[in-house]
Amino acid sequence: MNRMSENKYKGFEADRSKYPEMKDGKPVIDLESHKYTKIWQGPQHPGVTGNMALELIIDGDEVVDTKTRVGYLHRAFEKLMERRRYIQCFPIVCRICVPEPDTNEYCVSAAMEDLSGIVVPEKAQWLRTLNLEMSRVGSFLMWLGGQAGSIGMGAIGQWTVGMRDFWLDLFEEMTGGRVYHMYMIPGGVRKDLPDGFKDRARDLIIRTRKLLVNIENTFFNNIIVKSRLKGLGIITPEMVDEYGIVGPNARASGRECDIRINNPYVKYGELDIKMITSNGCDAYARAELRYQELLQSLDLVSQILDKIPEKGEIQAKLPNVLHWKIPAGQTYVKAESTRGEHGFYMVSDGSEFPRRVFARGASYTHAISLLEKLAVNISISDTAALMVSLHTCPPEIER
Amino acid sequence: MKLKDILSPLRVWERAAQKPWTIKDPINDRPGATNYRGFHKNDFNKCIGCGSCEEICQNAAIDLVPVEGQETKDGNSGLRPMIDYGRCCWCALCVDVCPTGSLTMSNKYTWVADMPEEYRFVPGKTETKWQESEKGYKRSEDIHLIDYERVEMLEIKPEKRDKSFIEIVKGYNKEQAMKEAERCLECGICIATCPAHMDIPAYIAAIREDDIENAFRILYETNPLPEICGRICTHKCETACALHNNGESLAIRWLKRYIADQIPSEKYKEVLGTEHLDDPKIGKSIAIIGAGPAGISAAYYLAIMGYKIKIFEALPDSGGMTRYGIPEYRLPYDQIDKDIEYIKSLGVEMQFNTRVGKDITLDKLHKDYDAVFAGTGLHLGRSTRIPGADNKRVYFATDLLREVSLGNEIDVAENIVVIGGGNVAMDITRTLARLQNKKYGKIQILTTSLESEDIMPADREEIVEAREEKAIIDPGWGPKEIEIQNGKIKGLHVVKCLSVFDEEGRFNPKFDDKQKKFFKADMVVESIGQGMDLSYLSEDIKSNLKFGPRGRIQVNENFQSNLKWLFVGGDIIQGPDVIHGVANGYIAAKAIDGFLNKNDKRRKK
Repeated sequence: MNRMSENKYKGFEADRSKYPEMKDGKPVIDLESHKYTKIWQGPQHPGVTGNMALELIIDGDEVVDTKTRVGYLHRAFEKLMERRRYIQCFPIVCRICVPEPDTNEYCVSAAMEDLSGIVVPEKAQWLRTLNLEMSRVGSFLMWLGGQAGSIGMGAIGQWTVGMRDFWLDLFEEMTGGRVYHMYMIPGGVRKDLPDGFKDRARDLIIRTRKLLVNIENTFFNNIIVKSRLKGLGIITPEMVDEYGIVGPNARASGRECDIRINNPYVKYGELDIKMITSNGCDAYARAELRYQELLQSLDLVSQILDKIPEKGEIQAKLPNVLHWKIPAGQTYVKAESTRGEHGFYMVSDGSEFPRRVFARGASYTHAISLLEKLAVNISISDTAALMVSLHTCPPEIER
Repeated sequence: MKLKDILSPLRVWERAAQKPWTIKDPINDRPGATNYRGFHKNDFNKCIGCGSCEEICQNAAIDLVPVEGQETKDGNSGLRPMIDYGRCCWCALCVDVCPTGSLTMSNKYTWVADMPEEYRFVPGKTETKWQESEKGYKRSEDIHLIDYERVEMLEIKPEKRDKSFIEIVKGYNKEQAMKEAERCLECGICIATCPAHMDIPAYIAAIREDDIENAFRILYETNPLPEICGRICTHKCETACALHNNGESLAIRWLKRYIADQIPSEKYKEVLGTEHLDDPKIGKSIAIIGAGPAGISAAYYLAIMGYKIKIFEALPDSGGMTRYGIPEYRLPYDQIDKDIEYIKSLGVEMQFNTRVGKDITLDKLHKDYDAVFAGTGLHLGRSTRIPGADNKRVYFATDLLREVSLGNEIDVAENIVVIGGGNVAMDITRTLARLQNKKYGKIQILTTSLESEDIMPADREEIVEAREEKAIIDPGWGPKEIEIQNGKIKGLHVVKCLSVFDEEGRFNPKFDDKQKKFFKADMVVESIGQGMDLSYLSEDIKSNLKFGPRGRIQVNENFQSNLKWLFVGGDIIQGPDVIHGVANGYIAAKAIDGFLNKNDKRRKK
């Protein structure tokens, strides 16, 4: 039907015959020839998912070469943590990813617990699971709006972001904050659920499902969406290992990888959860897969709500946090965010401050090496859709 | 291509008929959640200005600042947190760590001000519309950032200790001490309260770092009697401790004892760097009257400055009230010796069994020495002066305690009543209980005080331990008469005491004569306070000296009397307790040094 479908499943090995010649893996582009134009998409652009820029070389409206340019919101969290006591780290890590901060909170707390041998109480584990899964719902909702918006369907963005606000209301009740929850503290969580929370959460799950039916009708069963997204940004199964692709991006290419299932943490091992995969490999397949995972997350939230014990400790006793020293050692803790494997590597030298913290986010791979390859050969109007279909999060790239 | 894919998207219009989700007036229609982390509030009545909020704030958004109307007092720095909303990230760690629970957050989230400076404000002082708001984030009792439970101190069980005078408290081991030291907030409120202003957070930090020698040096900077104070100090620091507001205060006294216990006597000079101090260098000498804590403390600090010191003591050994007033089960004599032998080894001379005023006159001391420091203590008992109090089987607690320490036998009766509610009353009760148990195999001792249980001046643990040792404590009674038949005591008549102090806080007890009790006894001990013996002051000196209220010698802030060469300190000026004595001795030593050096300069001119 269009060039996209002709190129289907060729992936990044696209026909480059009419494009600049490659030398040492890099295209030779002579801008003076007036054959190519260089334009910047971002860093302030509604089509980019944050403060990040795509440096595009285009030939007509086709992208010939792309460079991902970052550096606009580097805040040096890893370095900041080296200057902070352990307890002072958890309020800053949530800022690593705005739409889904809780994975960071979980990982940094779990790393400290792992190094110091603290056992988190049962109830706190359940509350953490709830918090993590709710944050996945919120993140997927935001992504769904973004994906629709990137191909011009602004209405769906309004619906999902509006619905996400109701989930943020739940977060506000539960944690005291809407966007940055700062809920998971080393040893457990900071607050128990307020009265009537479970009923309100169940009610919201019903409302969200109702909205999702609407979205299925208007977005997924939509000829325009299908024609725009099908065949866009194909990730072949071989590329998964080659690029280190994780999360829904890998699962939509048939790879069974989900940390919640493969290496269950907190209480995921006690939930009824199935691996969702697809062999579609393209942006539409990824969108459908995320949609299925969103429905699964809603199901998991209601499973968790049923299983949270009424009584129990919410935090293990910490030593005095003002001079808490963690025994020397190193650890890597990972969790499944909506973008894939999210991990924290932490080294302690036995002092009151972490010696080194490294935050590993899926977006680094997806938005830099992968996006630069996938964007070649597509129409400039599809770059935003492609970028969103990889669910990249610039703050997570830069940290 | 499916037809469904063309028609289905048209259902987007379904939502057009639905009620919108938006809230018209969010500020009024949508208040923050009950648990919301909004703008800060601070309850000034609860806040003690410990600065834990400032310490934990990862953005350095909190500064402790002086606030008008808030005064510095024991256990309260008088400072209050100022929050910079340009830096605050609303993580509420400051709320979670606050030991008093004074700092909380409201659920308000909008604030418009013209001047950026307004966003640096002191919650509780600056008038805000959310100060009274009840909703908002508060510290949960379920989360534990600070340990409010003290590491338990092991003691010898009552049934094993009630016959002997061995030390009850076992002391912390290394693991326990480090765990207890871990709890310190390092707020430093204790430093201001301690009469000697010991650097408590610093020596506790040294315990955490397991640098006991450094901790020991910090102790000696302001207190040369750590073994004594580590056991029987009145620990005003612990009352002021910030942790006390939400749990058990830090065991500062036991940690001090732990430090001192770790250093053996033979290492003292090496650790404290006083190996070459043996010979006085300045060529001036100072006489000290009384080898109690005040005198010893002054002697130590003067000795390390290089002065020649001689202490004159009426009793046969050093320590003053710590040896002759405090029972051995609380403070073993070898521990007193450990502290004092070190000071002796620095060249401080001590002449025992020499009562100034009788064996040597104060005038002679004045003549022979450059300055004199008197710390003679409160060794005289006070009588209730009720009918029957002049009987020979009515004793003063101080006299009996001294006799026990001297090793003299006491004719312990089978039934004893002690009048008094202070620590000395507890000491004599427990001492006599032990002697009774040794002699009769049973304990029949009753202690009664004017003060009701809640305001008894004795330390709580003393009362508890006395009861554990089977002594009966029956507080809240005023003694009326000691019944005597044929010269022998039958018992003590008491009436209910309704209140001890009047509205202005003066001692003015009120009794209810209708409620009476009779305590059977054949020996009565009075322990209602001690008096000073100033008989060593000759008439000539006395007439020149200025006296303050309650017969105390008037001194300036350096414990110098109006006779410039005479410095006075210890229980006769402040206290009564060891730590005031230590503090007085320290200040007086510095002042004596200043006084003698000042004279030097004049001579040079």
